[in-house]
Amino acid sequence: MNTILEMRGITKSFPGVKALDDVNLKVKSGEIHALVGENGAGKSTLMKVLSGVYPHGSYDGEIVFEGETVAFGSITDSENKGIIIIHQELALVPLLSIAENIFLGNEIQTNGVISWPETFARSVELLKKVGLDEKPSTLIDAIGVGKQQLVEIAKALSKKVKLLILDEPTSSLQENDSQKLLDLLLEFKKQGIASILISHKLNEVSQVADTITVLRDGATVSTLDCHADKISEEHIIRDMVGRDMAHRYPERTPNIREKLFEISNWNVWHPEHSDRQMIKNINLSVSCGEVVGIAGLMGSGRTELAMSIFGKSYGQNISGKVFMNGKEIDASTVPSAIKNGICYVTEDRKELGLVLEENIVRNITLSNLPGVSSNGVIDDTSERRIAEDYRETLNIRTPSVFQKVVNLSGGNQQKVVLSKWLFANPQLLILDEPTRGIDIGAKFEIYTIINQLAHEGKGIILISSEMPELLGMCDRIYVMNEGAFAGEVVASKSDQEQIMSMIVKG
Amino acid sequence: MANQTSTASIGSYMKTHLREYGMLLALVVIMVFFQYMTEGTLMRPVNLTNLFLQNSYIIIMALGMLLVIVAGHIDLSVGSVSGFIGALAAIMMVQWEMSIYIAVPICLLAGTIIGAAQGYWIAYWRIPSFIVTLAGMLVFRGLTLWLLEGQSVGPFPKTFQLLSTGFVKDIFDFGFERFNMTALLIGTSGAATIVALAARNRARQAKFGMNDEPFAFFLAKNGLIAFAIIYITFLLATYRGLPNVLITMAVLTSIYTFITNSTTVGRRIYALGGNEKAAQLSGIKTKRLTFLTFANMGMLAALAGLIFAARLNTATPKAGVAFELDVIAAVFIGGASMSGGVGKIIGAVVGAFIMGVMNNGMSIVGVGIDWQQVIKGLVLLAAVIFDVYNKNKSN
Repeated sequence: MNTILEMRGITKSFPGVKALDDVNLKVKSGEIHALVGENGAGKSTLMKVLSGVYPHGSYDGEIVFEGETVAFGSITDSENKGIIIIHQELALVPLLSIAENIFLGNEIQTNGVISWPETFARSVELLKKVGLDEKPSTLIDAIGVGKQQLVEIAKALSKKVKLLILDEPTSSLQENDSQKLLDLLLEFKKQGIASILISHKLNEVSQVADTITVLRDGATVSTLDCHADKISEEHIIRDMVGRDMAHRYPERTPNIREKLFEISNWNVWHPEHSDRQMIKNINLSVSCGEVVGIAGLMGSGRTELAMSIFGKSYGQNISGKVFMNGKEIDASTVPSAIKNGICYVTEDRKELGLVLEENIVRNITLSNLPGVSSNGVIDDTSERRIAEDYRETLNIRTPSVFQKVVNLSGGNQQKVVLSKWLFANPQLLILDEPTRGIDIGAKFEIYTIINQLAHEGKGIILISSEMPELLGMCDRIYVMNEGAFAGEVVASKSDQEQIMSMIVKG
Repeated sequence: MANQTSTASIGSYMKTHLREYGMLLALVVIMVFFQYMTEGTLMRPVNLTNLFLQNSYIIIMALGMLLVIVAGHIDLSVGSVSGFIGALAAIMMVQWEMSIYIAVPICLLAGTIIGAAQGYWIAYWRIPSFIVTLAGMLVFRGLTLWLLEGQSVGPFPKTFQLLSTGFVKDIFDFGFERFNMTALLIGTSGAATIVALAARNRARQAKFGMNDEPFAFFLAKNGLIAFAIIYITFLLATYRGLPNVLITMAVLTSIYTFITNSTTVGRRIYALGGNEKAAQLSGIKTKRLTFLTFANMGMLAALAGLIFAARLNTATPKAGVAFELDVIAAVFIGGASMSGGVGKIIGAVVGAFIMGVMNNGMSIVGVGIDWQQVIKGLVLLAAVIFDVYNKNKSN
């Protein structure tokens, strides 16, 4: 079989991070090539290099497509060659029709005037190809995610596609929709269209893939030929996670005391689609001085769970009970959750955690302004003193506490968010990806703070995509998959392979 | 503790705080310019008094508008609401001969309720403020016409007129020819208070080593501010003294400065405008806060409507037309950001004075209403471009 695409020695650096290091990828004509790896392994970056999102010149290495070396300056360049990428977050305009979306940016027109009859006729044709039984005039808004995914593929087919890239296409789909999509890929394969499938779901990968490339920490670990020998899922998992765990986590002697926090029969539905259940019957408990982890992939419902607990900040029709120190509490609004000692450090610190244009002082005291004021009047002096205290104890590196937080590095921003919640005096602290996007040194400092808090008897819930982090920091880990807990492990008696197989096998 | 006693040079300090003082400087330049162009008419006591009377209602509404804009919203209805309240006051006081001590509180309450009603849809139903207040603008313009049946209603009782055209009585009237000693005393003590507060604040900052303002600059700045206040009150004293509205304005400006700088409510409004989601997840009741911001705006619009009606001594269906544009322009000239979270009370007041002095100066010089609008529009644009330019440069 011929090779349609070859990426040789791709290296891509961002300031301070090497996202891809000498990656090689070879896709044969008409095959389904699966690209697997943990979050942050470099899969999406590699696809962005391929599709021209990162233009030629911003990376090192060579891309050969259909026998010629190519240098894409933009997505348009790669699309013209027939490389079409479908992103995890769908790029459809909700209030336009299916037909309009299919031909968006690629309209059937003469001198800027759209020919609607032809547009609709071709849409019908394309929809039949992808097996979608909807009128072209239906609005995107009115169809489900699974069908939207098919519209995206129809859109790709409207251009002359030679290589189709699907980034986590089934992550938001139901079982039968996923199966339809995979069948479609096999159908395309028959027609000679090659595809690259990025997926976490190994059962799907082994069902359709001809070749599997495993990426880890920005490098190619292995390329497995599915037809040559029988590849076990265990083998893939080992390749995905198999890195050594050095002393990246500070030591802590667990001192676990009485039960602090508990939720029972927790159910949450999607805030807009009331028929989609996001959290399914979850029971969870945390004791004083315990660090409890929640493992799971992106989209497994970890953040949704945390936010629904914290003042019902996510979802609708939430049912279940919340207990603190054995008593049922009301945590139905953010203020009441905070009053009951629950604090939540958000995953997205820029969007949800900080007021970027304000200074450090004002961000730290935001969640507990009564703590620095009397009768509604803020005492500047004590406010400043508190900020200076946190700056010292958490080692926030800044010339002044009056620095705007937008000017701080990621690690220091995260310490400001932590300060804010520590000042609110929590009993239970939920940390959602607290070390994402920050450097190793700052990570270690944040781990140390977490251990210190546990030592003081606070309960900690740590949500993370990095399994070594969970294993290194936690006492117990809940494994989450598709909105439900797939299992629970004791960190000291578990390893990454066990957790990963719980995730991918569901 | 930060040991940042790096007392920067005056030049570099000015550069980093260009935005803060830039507009004040612009106001001074514009005043000097028109003082020259009008051959001294601008700063004549009579004209100065007029300047305050003419702009008082814009400034009072700008105080509320600043909070609305900082919270990330806009209120287009303030002109219509102030006109409507003026009409309501006229009906109650002129036609029904109600006491002003009953009518004025009713009017202020009505304004608050109007603001609250609009705020309700904006805060709890998340309907864009632009739409809600655009509707309010039409509704209350229509209701004003309906209430007045298309006629002007007046004149108001004497006591009501004092709200706008009254002056603070001179308690030291010992026969100094046309010199109001009380006015000068109030001005001097006002200036002294401002300087004393600034000095206290500086001393507290120094305790933390958090002061980067050069001492010479501090002296010059406060000296100039004190001098300006005393000089202006001196000029006013040679005419009829301090207008009542000037006192109202000064008191309200101080109150709102205090609210925005030092209270939890003020802080939360900035956080709400800066990042609503983060504010909400920090336990701030963002909806209620938005609601209250609009209720407050309604109350100030009502007060402005009363002052305007008292000044004209009649309620007309045209009262308040296009006020919202002057008010919004004042707030943006004063450095507030369209996206919310940024802006200062003192900036809005300075912005309103810039507009006011330009209106007044251009009228005296004889610039037609046509070119006045063109120039005011360009000044607004220039001020915002200056803002954006500064921001881009600092990033």
